[in-house]
Amino acid sequence: MELTINGKTRPYGGAPTVVALLDSLNLDANRVAVEHNRAVLLKERFAATTLKDGDTLEIVQFVGGG
Amino acid sequence: MDELIIAGRKFRSRLLVGTGKFASNELMVEAMEQSGCEIVTVALRRVDIDNPGDAMLSHIDPKKYLLLPNTSGARDAEEAVRLARLARAAGCEPWIKLEVTPDPYYLLPDPIETLKAAEILIKDGFTVLPYINADPVLAKRLQEIGTATVMPLGAPIGTNKGVRTADSIAIIIEQAIVPVVVDAGLGAPSHAALAMEMGADAVLVNTALAVTPNPGKMASAFKKGVEAGREAFLSGLGEQRQKAEASSPLTGFLRD
Repeated sequence: MELTINGKTRPYGGAPTVVALLDSLNLDANRVAVEHNRAVLLKERFAATTLKDGDTLEIVQFVGGG
Repeated sequence: MDELIIAGRKFRSRLLVGTGKFASNELMVEAMEQSGCEIVTVALRRVDIDNPGDAMLSHIDPKKYLLLPNTSGARDAEEAVRLARLARAAGCEPWIKLEVTPDPYYLLPDPIETLKAAEILIKDGFTVLPYINADPVLAKRLQEIGTATVMPLGAPIGTNKGVRTADSIAIIIEQAIVPVVVDAGLGAPSHAALAMEMGADAVLVNTALAVTPNPGKMASAFKKGVEAGREAFLSGLGEQRQKAEASSPLTGFLRD
């Protein structure tokens, strides 16, 4: 399937959950926040949220800021 | 120093520190430590999927500091609300420094979008600390809908110009029913001291600490500036006069 992640379309062939996707991107689920199709996803929902072809994700993390 | 209370939470320090633009995480941590601050601001940005980089958050002890995420980068209320909700989902307490700055040159906050976002976020259970221009009417409106502070700018973000909006900030302070945190534009400890002498409840500083070669030392200097200003405010400053008034006795001169 194809996913749009942070504005870029990418192929994804792993298990269709947010947890598996983060894992495949080597991202620690504890240091990011995720929006799935414009809805903010609580961490508890990462494992249960199913990804479909064409889904849009925003994956953000904290950086320095004033 | 006397305690600062924001939304029922007590703080010993009246200096808030931003974590942006430091040359390294080590220098950032040193500045945080030397400043004595208990609240630090952070921003949320997209992860670079191909190069996730260092997790800056791992350098900040959550037991020592309250993490205050900002909504920097938001151009309207909707983007600010999205960022606030993402920050909460990332595990932060529901405190948010609300910033809506559509103008990329002066980064001046949009008052209408800020008020709109504040309303939504307060209803959603957030403790909202809005960054605003030094507009007493807007400050009043925000307090009426329940913001935890107001954060008027001294000068545009990162300009180091000091409290250029002093007259308006004085009106905001006079009318305030929540803490007034002077944010943005403070470039020197004397600027922070001035804001505190005027009766501001706290100040937020970032650029001034991040751009100096010695952030730890500058942070310590700001800490003293804030404390000096607060003590002077609590003592009560003498009235300004047009004509001189002798400090020494006007009797007993060596003449008749």
